[in-house]
Amino acid sequence: MQHLKPARTLALASACVAALWTGAAFADPDLSAELVIDGELHITTRAPSDDITPNLPERYSGWLFRSAETRDLQADDFENPAMLAVEDGADLWETADGSNGQSCMDCHGDAAESMAGVRARMPHVNDAGVLWSMEDYVNNCRTERMGAEAWRWSGDEMTSMTSFISMQSRGMPVAVQIDGPAEPYWEQGRDMYYTRYGQLELSCASCHEESWGLNIRADHLSQGQISGFPTYRLKNAGIVSMHNRFRGCIRDTRAETFAEGSDEFRALELYVASRGMGLAIEGVSVRP
Amino acid sequence: MTDVRPRIRLPRSASAGDSIVVKTLVNHDMESGQRRNSAGETIPRQIINRFTCEFNGTMVIDVALEPAISANPYMEFEALVPESGEFLFTWYDDNGEVYTATEAFEVS
Amino acid sequence: MLTRRDTIAIGLGASAVALLPVGAYATTTEEAIAAYTGGAEMAEGGVTITAPEIAENGNTVPISVEAPGATEIVLIATGNPTPNVGRFTFGPGSGAPMIATRIRLGRTQDVMAIAKMADGSFASTAVEVKVTIGGCGG
Repeated sequence: MQHLKPARTLALASACVAALWTGAAFADPDLSAELVIDGELHITTRAPSDDITPNLPERYSGWLFRSAETRDLQADDFENPAMLAVEDGADLWETADGSNGQSCMDCHGDAAESMAGVRARMPHVNDAGVLWSMEDYVNNCRTERMGAEAWRWSGDEMTSMTSFISMQSRGMPVAVQIDGPAEPYWEQGRDMYYTRYGQLELSCASCHEESWGLNIRADHLSQGQISGFPTYRLKNAGIVSMHNRFRGCIRDTRAETFAEGSDEFRALELYVASRGMGLAIEGVSVRP
Repeated sequence: MTDVRPRIRLPRSASAGDSIVVKTLVNHDMESGQRRNSAGETIPRQIINRFTCEFNGTMVIDVALEPAISANPYMEFEALVPESGEFLFTWYDDNGEVYTATEAFEVS
Repeated sequence: MLTRRDTIAIGLGASAVALLPVGAYATTTEEAIAAYTGGAEMAEGGVTITAPEIAENGNTVPISVEAPGATEIVLIATGNPTPNVGRFTFGPGSGAPMIATRIRLGRTQDVMAIAKMADGSFASTAVEVKVTIGGCGG
């Protein structure tokens, strides 16, 4: 992390605050919008706040903050470009790989049954007491059971697989465990959420708790919910994982960022997920 | 890039002579030829440069695509279905490869 | 009923080239138009573009065009370094002269559609699409 002399830092910080407040005129979430996939499946995009988020009046999916055109892309499974990744993931599920000649399906069977609800509980403390993200569980299966090589965290295979697995929980409410063995991880994530990073000295809370609904330059700030991930970002024209998003956010504060798959991002993922409890897992979302 | 995988959506039903909405999506980077890699070298252009749709051998639409068409090109258009038959969709890649998909359609 | 966008479209259609916004790649856009129409007059109206007024990301902008009576539609992004976007030719099996697709816009600009009619004449329209340059994405 880089540091500037105090006077310069203050100037930057106040410039940023000014930027945060401009463009507030048309920046509220569209609470009249309802996410209904293909005219059939209703997705919960608003959930009551609780003790975890005393500073949020209500929890809002990032979907509510997007333009009508972007929202429409997610409301139709054909028009949603993320479904290309879901189909790739479905193929990978059935494809044997590694020295043991096994596929995911050989152990887990029909993903619609075995993976239902899995995404809603991620990240989750494993049997050894270590907090794992879904990517860790996937790679553990690959290296320990299949005799295959681990996938890169944001490689096409991994994002396709996490997209496919997430779809099996679409519509289910976020329900991560934050007590017991998860508690120290959750507290670590909470501390990170309120830590100011980078030359701009912005914490997650600066944008997503104190300033959601406002614009930062031309970008419309959401509550930073991750119930929609993995997401197809129009900017990337591809699938973006949660940790990739975290990395981008911290980089945008002009800080040295943590790595995808780092312990820090796992802890942050758990805490941020808990701030969205009650919101529905969106399977694969579309964001700008 | 993973294998090219065309997606097609047709309405569930239509009467003979109807005009139906056809939607197609194909996974392709549509590399514009204007981007540079981390070493500063231009990434060569590789796009889908042509897309056609025929129904029972009759041309429905013939599209010449430029690099300004977004990655994973999406096309929506209308086709006449005077009788039952088969749609043929064809995508032409800059690298010379041709990807096709067929879809049967029954009119009532 | 005329919307604000229709009004702009009609106004621009009358003399689309003359009204190119400052900063557009005027020469290449004019070249692209001339290459297609051979310098023929373009009628106003008869072409409708539906596009967002503000695109959240220029990399994927949904756009649709319809032009009753057209045999072909050409899309031109006047503010892109390479203005041509696509040429859509309707065959005998076409159900309607319409197309919807997703396009890349490098910045805020006018997007123009030129329709070639069955009698060989041309009609055009244009709409402005504001492109958000930010990129943190929400």
